[in-house]
Amino acid sequence: MYPELGQLALIIALLLAVLLSVVPLAGALTGRDSLQAFARPLSTGMFVFTALSFAVLTHAFMVDDFSVAYVANNSNSMLPWYYKFSAVWGGHEGSLLLWILMLAGWTLAVAVFSRKLPSVMVSQVLSVLGMICVGFFLFIVITSNPFERILPNIPADGRDLNPLLQDIGLILHPPMLYMGYVGFSVAFAFAIAALINGKLDAAWARWSRPWTTVAWSFLTIGIALGSWWAYYELGWGGWWFWDPVENASLLPWLSGTALMHSLAVTEKRGVFKSWTVLLAIVTFSLSLLGAFLVRSGVLTSVHSFAADPERGSFLLALLGITVVASLVLYAFRAPVVHVRARYDSLSREIFLLLNNVLLVAATLLVAIGTLYPLVLDYLNMGKLSIGEPFFNATFSPLAVAAGLLLGAGIFSRWKKTDGGWLARKLLWPLAVSVVATTAVMLIYGSFAPWAFAGVFAAVWITVATAWDLWDKSSSRRGRLHGLKRQSRSYYGMVSGHLGLAMVIAGATVVSNYGIERDVRMVPGDSVMVGDYQVVFKSIGDRRGANFTAEYGSFDVFLDGKHVSELHPEKRHYPVGMSVMTEADIDGGLFRDVFIAIGERITDDAWAIRLQYKPLVRWLWLGSLVMAIGGFLAISDKRYRIRAHSEAKVASAGNEEDVVGGKPAEAGT
Amino acid sequence: MKRLTLFLPLVLALAVGLFLAAGIGKDPTELESALIGKPVPEFSLENLREPDQTLDQSLFHGQVSLLNVWAEWCPACWDEHEDLMWLANEKGVRIIGLNYKDQRENAFRFLGRLGDPYQTIIFDPRGSLGFDLGVYGAPETFVIDAEGIVRYRHVGVVNERVWEEILLPVINRAEGNS
Repeated sequence: MYPELGQLALIIALLLAVLLSVVPLAGALTGRDSLQAFARPLSTGMFVFTALSFAVLTHAFMVDDFSVAYVANNSNSMLPWYYKFSAVWGGHEGSLLLWILMLAGWTLAVAVFSRKLPSVMVSQVLSVLGMICVGFFLFIVITSNPFERILPNIPADGRDLNPLLQDIGLILHPPMLYMGYVGFSVAFAFAIAALINGKLDAAWARWSRPWTTVAWSFLTIGIALGSWWAYYELGWGGWWFWDPVENASLLPWLSGTALMHSLAVTEKRGVFKSWTVLLAIVTFSLSLLGAFLVRSGVLTSVHSFAADPERGSFLLALLGITVVASLVLYAFRAPVVHVRARYDSLSREIFLLLNNVLLVAATLLVAIGTLYPLVLDYLNMGKLSIGEPFFNATFSPLAVAAGLLLGAGIFSRWKKTDGGWLARKLLWPLAVSVVATTAVMLIYGSFAPWAFAGVFAAVWITVATAWDLWDKSSSRRGRLHGLKRQSRSYYGMVSGHLGLAMVIAGATVVSNYGIERDVRMVPGDSVMVGDYQVVFKSIGDRRGANFTAEYGSFDVFLDGKHVSELHPEKRHYPVGMSVMTEADIDGGLFRDVFIAIGERITDDAWAIRLQYKPLVRWLWLGSLVMAIGGFLAISDKRYRIRAHSEAKVASAGNEEDVVGGKPAEAGT
Repeated sequence: MKRLTLFLPLVLALAVGLFLAAGIGKDPTELESALIGKPVPEFSLENLREPDQTLDQSLFHGQVSLLNVWAEWCPACWDEHEDLMWLANEKGVRIIGLNYKDQRENAFRFLGRLGDPYQTIIFDPRGSLGFDLGVYGAPETFVIDAEGIVRYRHVGVVNERVWEEILLPVINRAEGNS
């Protein structure tokens, strides 16, 4: 009975979405307030029914209702309750429902938090979001009903959740990622609404910014969680595999990063408008492309859901309609009037433009590497995949270049920056960075050009950011007062850039100075991994809730001192007949020691994988710091006092009004 | 003129869309093999589990088998493995493994982690037999009949659907003929 209610709720939500995509937009175009007034109630209703549907599916998992095919395929009565809960989005249908729930949630959030915006704008934005919702509701109702029953032969028990997915990382990874993907739909909706009514002004950029930043922050966390999960759960100690699905999440992240920066320019200086609106469209399209790649079976990957041509075609149609419609609108409506250059060839605008060029180049690169095999196949030139070497060789230089540019760009000024002044300004930070990088090379004991370049980029960003903070916080009333005077959005930027520096440092050091050894060990053996001595003490059996395991014991020593005791396991799950390696890791801020048990070679000899991973945690910590930067930026008080800015917003058609607003670096 | 350049993104997107659409239409894993109807190429390679033992094409004589090309470095093989375990244990299918361009210890680690569905595993670290078979990448699966003749080649992962709709009919035909 309940599952049918869930499906009914989905259909009602679909109908509300249809109304939402038509009624407020009609109201906005004809200027009827009575129709625009429907926007908020319809958004709320759509969310409520979607949430109801999601709750019903969750309930089916919790009470082990195996008459529902999706539950039977993804859960099992033996699972602890929290894995039953996360199994709700462990397969295609449920994860799609989660996606839709978030889309409805973002729509509701726009309805709630945009009370100060002009009604026409809100109606248009919510209608555009409604259209996106219609597409996804149709997708789930027609091709992927999560409530489908297996009747009359109800299975006695479910098939079990893939043990790889029985993990805290999985509970959190998809929701974060989807929050990001789906969140870019808001920036997209604002862009489309602005194109429809022809008001691509600073006010539009100002409203889009916080939404873009939040979505970007969630996506950052989602990607980092995925990387962290792969690191400790897949059992081989890698953190990025350039797998098509990973790339699919990186694409909107890269273009979303470009979008955040170009929105800043559009808001502050009223330029790059066409470019910014294009980025908003591209970023959301790339999110949809990611959904398509994962769910259509066009590419093979560890992550992909079972291939189904019907679903693939549907998603491609959805992607096609969105992209074509928005780009046609863009081609006809984007402003072409060339504003007289109001910035010099050396200015903050130019630095941010170059940042965008690099980020878009990186996006194209990853897109080409991911889609190239498809294109080759289409041209009948054979099948092949592009692996790590291609990405490492092409992506790293771009990342380093972006880092170098960032450090210099921090000191630049809007409109015009004097070249000689900038060079003098950069001299000391440059000197400090060279010395610090050399010191890092000495600590790790060997020099490699790429290691130097990567570490230098990270140090350079850090030094430049700190230098700038120091400059800005100087105040006659003391340093503390100066620090307090800086805005939250400035600290958001600082945090975002420092986080990026951490990620670059982590990636560079772990790739260049990490040690990986696969050895044969008998209990009692001792092996050196870098400076660490690992002693294999013993191996025995252990029983878990739904598995049995071989349970190893290792001691780790550094310079003769005991550092930690590690217990990697090899688990056998009888229900799904699968075996999992649970690596054990002695984690630290500066290094991880990683041990995984492999195959039993003879009676008492085992293949053991030992790894020393310097700074590997900086990858995820840095991502977290970046995401925190995003959240800091949107908590800035200029977003809290919208009421005051309303009057200004109304006249924002004239950009100079807003450009005259106080830029962040007024402190210098 | 300026307006026209704004159509550029649209044109680009349409071009990409064309390739994506083509990707759906055809099964990305379908590839014909020049070897179909011909015997398995001659080879002489080590047994993965027993390095002293040398295997050759007579391995395939007497019984219909699946020849599964796999490697530890291949993510899709991880994906496929559970289904191979199911085929070996539940359906009693004879699966011969071809460990392709891999290292012995990596291969052991893989099997240790996920289980071992293979009756015998040919160790092909340099990919010589893989080359003769025309392997593009792992995983690939060949159906080989009791006379050692290649009957079918499947590129990509084997799952329940591939088994029921493609491999099982081919195997039934192969068994019927011999």
